[in-house]
Amino acid sequence: MSPAPLLELRQLVKNYGGVRALRGVDFDLRAGEVHALLGENGAGKSTLIKVVTGAHAPNGGTITLAGQTVSGLTPATARALGIACIYQQPALFPDLTVAENLALRLNVPSPAARMRWSDCRARATRLLARIGAEISPDAEVRSLSMPEQQLVEIACALGSGARIVIMDEPTASLTQKEQHLLFGVVRDLRKNGVGVIYISHRLEEIFALADRVTVLRDGQSVGTHPVAGIDEAGLIRLMVGREVAPIYPAAESAPGAVVLSLNQLGCRSSGVSNVSFDVRAGEIFGLGGLVGAGRTELARILFGLTPADSGTITLGGQPLTLRTPQAAVAHGIAYVPEDRRRHGVVLDLPIAHNLTMAIHRRLFPTTWLRFGAERALTLDYIRDLAVKCSGPEARGGSLSGGNQQKVSLARWLATKPKLLILDEPTQGVDVGAKSEIHKIVRRLAKEGLAVILISSDLPEVIGLSDRIGVMGGGTLRAILPGGSDPHVVMAAALGTTA
Amino acid sequence: MKRYFRELSVLGALGAILLGLAIFAPAFYQPQPLLSLLTREAPTLVVACGVALVIVCRQIDISVGSIFSVCSVCAGLLAARGWPLLLVLPASVALGAVFGAFNGVLVAGLRLPSIVVTLATMVTLRQGLNLVRQGEFVNLPEGIQWFGLGQTTGQLVLVISSVVILILLALAMRHLAAGRFIYAVGTDAEAARLAGIRPQLVTFLVFVSIGALTGLAAMMNLAQSPQVQPLTGHGLELKVIAAVVVGGVAISGGRGNLWGAFAGLLLLACISPALTHLRIEAYWEKAIQGTIILLAVVADGLRSRKGGN
Repeated sequence: MSPAPLLELRQLVKNYGGVRALRGVDFDLRAGEVHALLGENGAGKSTLIKVVTGAHAPNGGTITLAGQTVSGLTPATARALGIACIYQQPALFPDLTVAENLALRLNVPSPAARMRWSDCRARATRLLARIGAEISPDAEVRSLSMPEQQLVEIACALGSGARIVIMDEPTASLTQKEQHLLFGVVRDLRKNGVGVIYISHRLEEIFALADRVTVLRDGQSVGTHPVAGIDEAGLIRLMVGREVAPIYPAAESAPGAVVLSLNQLGCRSSGVSNVSFDVRAGEIFGLGGLVGAGRTELARILFGLTPADSGTITLGGQPLTLRTPQAAVAHGIAYVPEDRRRHGVVLDLPIAHNLTMAIHRRLFPTTWLRFGAERALTLDYIRDLAVKCSGPEARGGSLSGGNQQKVSLARWLATKPKLLILDEPTQGVDVGAKSEIHKIVRRLAKEGLAVILISSDLPEVIGLSDRIGVMGGGTLRAILPGGSDPHVVMAAALGTTA
Repeated sequence: MKRYFRELSVLGALGAILLGLAIFAPAFYQPQPLLSLLTREAPTLVVACGVALVIVCRQIDISVGSIFSVCSVCAGLLAARGWPLLLVLPASVALGAVFGAFNGVLVAGLRLPSIVVTLATMVTLRQGLNLVRQGEFVNLPEGIQWFGLGQTTGQLVLVISSVVILILLALAMRHLAAGRFIYAVGTDAEAARLAGIRPQLVTFLVFVSIGALTGLAAMMNLAQSPQVQPLTGHGLELKVIAAVVVGGVAISGGRGNLWGAFAGLLLLACISPALTHLRIEAYWEKAIQGTIILLAVVADGLRSRKGGN
């Protein structure tokens, strides 16, 4: 290649606190190329985009744009340098019309400048026509469907005249028809010499669209290949790479009776369909899959947050309809949610209040609260789960991530559940606390609890689970034994056969 | 100690004013004027307790003044038609609770913002009352004023019952699961929901409670004069919200307690008589109250910024 690449990243490093999200990424993008970026959840793709679009400053390495090294990139300068990004979640103003949105996004005029709305409207019409979208420029964005909003985002990127367009999972919410439009736009951009960074979990899209593919793993680039020279199995091997270290506590006893049984379970509003599996007492049933596979959605069905509209849930031999979290709790289902800072632990309240939040009726059978009983129970759990804190009165917000997770877990253990659903229990938790949580989960299973473990951490879900249900596209794609080959799990998650 | 620093600092300010008055204007401590002051504030205290619950639950209710007016006038009319006190009192409480339930349905059921809902209720009730009553006074029959107990006894009954209500509610907030639920919902409604609490039900019941308390307060006010004025309860909402905020109940919900609200109310209520006794022009009252509110809000702002990280 004779001219300098449009974008060149060398040894890019980005740390969030103590977490190293990018640890030396090399990447380059040429004009007129579609360069796919592939990697597991947490491999560093989103961080890479944030650095390139100027949203976050890197801690090391260089960014070179068309031969010029740039530093101190901000979202505004990134845009001025011709970098546009289409995010998974459209970032539009819902109360403004399509034309107004495009006008605001494409040129930020000086506040005193007069807006020429007829020009804006004409341009919006032109851009929408160019991508083949049948959307009125006068429609309020609020009234558009998710895929239509995504198309407006694409029109923005197109109209900005950007020379580098980043697409982050652009097809995640698109239907077949709009995907087709999108692919047309990508090819159109390539023909016009634009460089496209294309991020997707869908391998078939990468093979259909991309010229080259770079695989990220654990914050590092592990290889760039021409798409023509690699196959699916090769890509999966690059994505997974490592062996699963045998640091996970093993099951010591055979699982007991079936606790939970799902049959053809589905919920149209959250996109889950046709999920069937059993979980036994003493068993850890892992749910693997990529972001958007429908695992959290399934958990929310089981906890009565988004009730199922088809199929059956059987708990301890009894068919259940779960319409509220109260019903789920009453039947012995506990759900430790994914976002513990937002939903798991109330940061403003003391540990003791957090812990007894779900068990008031049992702990305080008489009307009055009994602080002594509450304190004793809290101390028990603090000791049992080794929560590091100054005491039951310490506020949730004063704890580290791992200890918050333990409090969130303790709240649900205190309900004496039959079924425990853990959603990403070790996300953002340091290594030491992670292994402690693994031991706790294994011990709970040994004590006869049925556990559903949702985790995007592939080694974790493979190492800790007795069986692994792999989800994708809102349904269960496969059930694999614990300790399976990660390549097989990844292939099932991607919907291919390795 | 550190946990109740905010409440204690309000108490400290109140103590300083009371001490200053003891030195410079001992006349303030004559029993009869003091009892009258506390009696005047007794209904306000009851409403303030309700507003504190609402604010802890991360909502607001600015319709209390109008509900107070409507309850007063309706109770007065019932009394004038010869209803006995023992029926008028529960009727007023029930009427208040109905208005509160109306707000509650809109806020909790339809998830509308409480500031808008209660603004609408406030304006509608106020104007509706003006339209129907045309500014007429309601003359009360004998035996309603001071509950027919004579002035001093009646005043004592009112002051004591308002404090009893405060104590009961404060205990409930701390020692009943229901209190916990209000704090939990006010801090993080989604987390509360995921813990099996029903945030919408909690919010609804909090609005019913404030309505009922306002109806009760209306009765406590009614018993203090021979007539019901059409403008009664005007501006009450601002007075109680100010008292509650000064007392350290965070407007962002989940923080503060009724004792603080009590101290805040007394602090603001002392300003006016203090000025009179110190022979300072009464025009300063609002300015000083405003300054106190600002100080309290700034203190909370600084504190939450420090605590936020």
